[in-house]
Amino acid sequence: MSKIIVDGTEVDVPPEYTLLQACEAAGAEIPRFCFHERLSIAGNCRMCLVEVKGGPPKPQASCAMSVRDLRPGPNGEPPVVLTNSPMVTKARHGVMEFLLINHPLDCPICDQGGECDLQDQAMAYGVDSSRFKENKRAVEDKYLGALVKTSMNRCIQCTRCVRFMTEVAGVPELGAIGRGEDMEITSYLERALTSELQGNVIDLCPVGALTSKPYEFKARPWELAKTESVDVMDALGSAIRIDSRGREVMRILPRVNDAINEEWISDKTRYNVDGLKVQRLDRPYIRKGGKLVPASWPEAFAAIAAKAKATTPQRIGAIAGDLASVEEMFALKALMDKLGVANIDCRQDGSKLDPKFGRASYLFNSTIAGIEQADAIMIIGSNPRLEAPVLNARIRRRWARGDCLIGVVGERADLTYSYNYLGAGPDSLAQLLDHPPADKTKPMFILGAGAFARPDGAAVLALAAKAALSLGVVKDGWNGFNVLHSAASRVGGLDLGFTPGEGGLDAPGMAKAGALDLIFNLGADEIQIEPGAFVVYIGTHGDRGAHRADVILPGAAYPEKTGIYVNTEGRPQFGDRATFPPGQAREDWAILRALSDALGARLPFDSLTQLRATVNAAHPHLARLDEITPADAGALANLASLGGALDKAPFVSPIEDFYLTNPIARASKVMAECSAMAKARALKAAE
Amino acid sequence: MLADKDRIFLNLYGLQDWGLDGARARGGWDNTKAILDKGRDWLVAEMKASGQRGRGGAGFPTGLKWSFMPKNVDPQRPHYLVVNADESEPGTCKDREIMRNDPHLLVEGCLIAACAMGVHACYVYVRGEFILERERLQAAVDQAYEAKLIGKDNIHGWPFDLYVHHGAGAYICGEETALLESLEGKKGMPRLKPPFPANMGLYGCPTTVNNVETIAQVPDIMRRGAAWFAGIGRPNNSGTKLFCISGHVERPCNVEEAMGVPLRELLEKHAGGVRGGWDNLLAVIPGGSSMPLIPAGADQADTLLMDFDGCREKKSALGTAAVIVMDKSTDIIKAMTRISYFYKHESCGQCTPCREGMGWMWRVLTRMSEGRAKKSEIDMLMEVTTQIEGHTICAFGDGAAWPVQGLLRHFRPEIERRIDQYSANPDTLGVYDPPTPMAAE
Repeated sequence: MSKIIVDGTEVDVPPEYTLLQACEAAGAEIPRFCFHERLSIAGNCRMCLVEVKGGPPKPQASCAMSVRDLRPGPNGEPPVVLTNSPMVTKARHGVMEFLLINHPLDCPICDQGGECDLQDQAMAYGVDSSRFKENKRAVEDKYLGALVKTSMNRCIQCTRCVRFMTEVAGVPELGAIGRGEDMEITSYLERALTSELQGNVIDLCPVGALTSKPYEFKARPWELAKTESVDVMDALGSAIRIDSRGREVMRILPRVNDAINEEWISDKTRYNVDGLKVQRLDRPYIRKGGKLVPASWPEAFAAIAAKAKATTPQRIGAIAGDLASVEEMFALKALMDKLGVANIDCRQDGSKLDPKFGRASYLFNSTIAGIEQADAIMIIGSNPRLEAPVLNARIRRRWARGDCLIGVVGERADLTYSYNYLGAGPDSLAQLLDHPPADKTKPMFILGAGAFARPDGAAVLALAAKAALSLGVVKDGWNGFNVLHSAASRVGGLDLGFTPGEGGLDAPGMAKAGALDLIFNLGADEIQIEPGAFVVYIGTHGDRGAHRADVILPGAAYPEKTGIYVNTEGRPQFGDRATFPPGQAREDWAILRALSDALGARLPFDSLTQLRATVNAAHPHLARLDEITPADAGALANLASLGGALDKAPFVSPIEDFYLTNPIARASKVMAECSAMAKARALKAAE
Repeated sequence: MLADKDRIFLNLYGLQDWGLDGARARGGWDNTKAILDKGRDWLVAEMKASGQRGRGGAGFPTGLKWSFMPKNVDPQRPHYLVVNADESEPGTCKDREIMRNDPHLLVEGCLIAACAMGVHACYVYVRGEFILERERLQAAVDQAYEAKLIGKDNIHGWPFDLYVHHGAGAYICGEETALLESLEGKKGMPRLKPPFPANMGLYGCPTTVNNVETIAQVPDIMRRGAAWFAGIGRPNNSGTKLFCISGHVERPCNVEEAMGVPLRELLEKHAGGVRGGWDNLLAVIPGGSSMPLIPAGADQADTLLMDFDGCREKKSALGTAAVIVMDKSTDIIKAMTRISYFYKHESCGQCTPCREGMGWMWRVLTRMSEGRAKKSEIDMLMEVTTQIEGHTICAFGDGAAWPVQGLLRHFRPEIERRIDQYSANPDTLGVYDPPTPMAAE
């Protein structure tokens, strides 16, 4: 620790701290534009200048100089930093003036207005009139695709976006061309950005140069109600903030959660918003004469009750979809238990993960933050770039830091980092068994659905567990056996035991023609249910599930209900409600509660609080929000001993189209546009 | 005046053979091994004792710079010597003459300097526009390899490789850290300091960047002794220096002179004097375009001693010792506007004050050179220059602000006169009228 005096306050900080961090530790605020704690240091905006004694006799960029660069005084006094001396004030006023001379000052028509760093800091360091009598610089706006709108006149060349794309997203598609005042940020060839994390440059941009295209001119930040929630577009459970106005969700922004998403979110998370407004199911429907016609709730319930009465519990089933919260799955399972139904499944993708193999067999055991410590990562049957882009950015950062070996078994995809490709299928995985224990201290396996969502999934899981044990991926104090889910509901469902009971069918089994008479489908849109069964669809969008349904009960989408989601690490998180479901749609648990009455199997709770208390009593670990209850790694040994016949087929990632993985995203026009562009790119690349 | 026996650059004008035989005839490569055998510490100490200050512009003591290199060479982090031959400062043309006519001085200097800093690989970064110079230097390097003077297994017993690298002609790549970036294949943008190159230079390894002239003087300093070099010129400003005299003199030339030579003597002895006589002098820029000008006058150019401290006394700097002479026919405001345009054009655009300030200064100066300005803008312009100076990542901002400051400091009456003249003739173009502010056109 080194002592340093900031504006007369002595603080003790680690010597590698930058002056900016030291000043913040001492409570002095330093204005900055280019500096961002998760990006490399550029030091080019010159806004954070401070005066130092014990260093060079001119103002220094506090973001770039570390405490150890300063020399103590002649008698060993700590170095002195001044953040409000006349020299500093003059320097900051000067820099602010320079930044503003070529800035268009079009705040009234700028989407960044109200949340603009330049605006805020101009209040502190700007003056009311300009001495610049020349013409302002004009810069052509650049085309960056469907998500990021540019207004390059406003750019202050802080290069945060360039550094983000290069360092975090790993696709160096942005850069600066020209020099001096002709320097421009551009994608060089006027091509759309291809990164799945590109939306984050909008948050990073300290001015209004990069703004959200779909959100263009939609709302002002001060009009928005801000709700802190979690994301359900992938299984990470990224922390998000839902900004809504009235009953409308206007936009979604990331929140900081260092354990999961730091402060990034994927484009799907950010831009599915418009999908919440269209294709919505806002009233119950009953299929009559092959057509879905609007109905009232009692009519719908009566139709279901009639069907239920006409069949036996052995011919009834329930499938939970990818976006379901813990509460509604619990309620559905409780209802099925009451009806004596064993055919329940939350794995519509046909994955073979099962609570009976132990909780460690389906969690991301090392935690997401554990990637930072890993020194070898084996990615098996997964394309993390598509299944969890934010997690992929973390793997990339680990890789970029060096000393981390990355291997891939499965698809050979561009993951934004280099890796050793070991093969495509189970055969290549089996080769790892012969490998002597890795000479790495914290090796890690990341298994994706490509490995276990297939008929021989259980055998692949067992093989992976065996390899993990023999390679030292699982050992005392380190469990590197990680399952990367792609559905937000999956771990919650598995934790609840939403899997077939004694003699019950699994999801693909239920979907087969003639297998069942009545299927309750809780938002499972990725499974094709063959003709035959009477399908009750509880969901939000007129998507695949609704098209196949015989009765539709309109539910609530994730910003419209409170619920607990368990992420891929097994971390229960609370998703809050920002708006209300449209029309007659209701929260899913309430629908199930009412349905239970109609079916003569009344569920024992009348409010969400009661339901939650019941869930917590049955599964105490779900009550510990934001905490991970570690799974017992011993279960993996049992899993490893299972064995089983392996198929030769290569592992294929379950995500065909990153932008269209769930009903909300499929309803979104923006996602459709992104998907079309990605497809066109893929076609062009194939040529 | 420098005695002929004290000259270092004996083939400055290319009258003799530039090659190895010529260099040997002039005393080069003479028992270099004996110099190297004296060891690293002796070489650095000798360099310190010679009092040589860097010839690239900043005037940092060379021996001190060499001593910043780590004493022990970490095998993981080799040391590098980089020679800055990106001579782009307007008015300066000394390094090119060395590379063109006496390249072996540089090659030998590199070897000795390398030995003094534990370096086995040296890069010479040659300015993009220097085609002949690069070819000559490369030819000299090839000759030296051929004669086993340098190379992995040379007769001097110090394994040493020398690479000539060709830049792409950006002025900013003459800044040492931008040069290193460019050498690494990146965009030539200056790095933040600290860390300084002596700690984290080329490829993150300890690196010293020296000017061509600095290095080319090394063999003679070592051979003739530090005392000889220190005995020339004034204390703390020792040695000989190449002066590049250009502008309104009878015979513009490059000449090697002792440091501290009076400006008037320098011009009149070697360049035939100011065009139209000494009294016709308007101003002189003593050290390349980035230094403030010094006007004629008894306490200014008349008494200027051409060394680091002498120029500092007149609020300018020796820089690269490129003397740009301007006689009374010069439109001094326009001249400074042109220099300002050069800096606007060459600013790398990385940091705010330089990127935004250069264009502003140039535009205001453009108007001032026509008189199309307000007198209050003179003070404003001065303030703008101080807002740039010292606030940037590298010294480019300073070097661009200083010439403007020099103009404003010494030629304010001329600017005011021009403004008056312009506004006295309102019919010509219209009085400067600031644009009416309009909201978001």
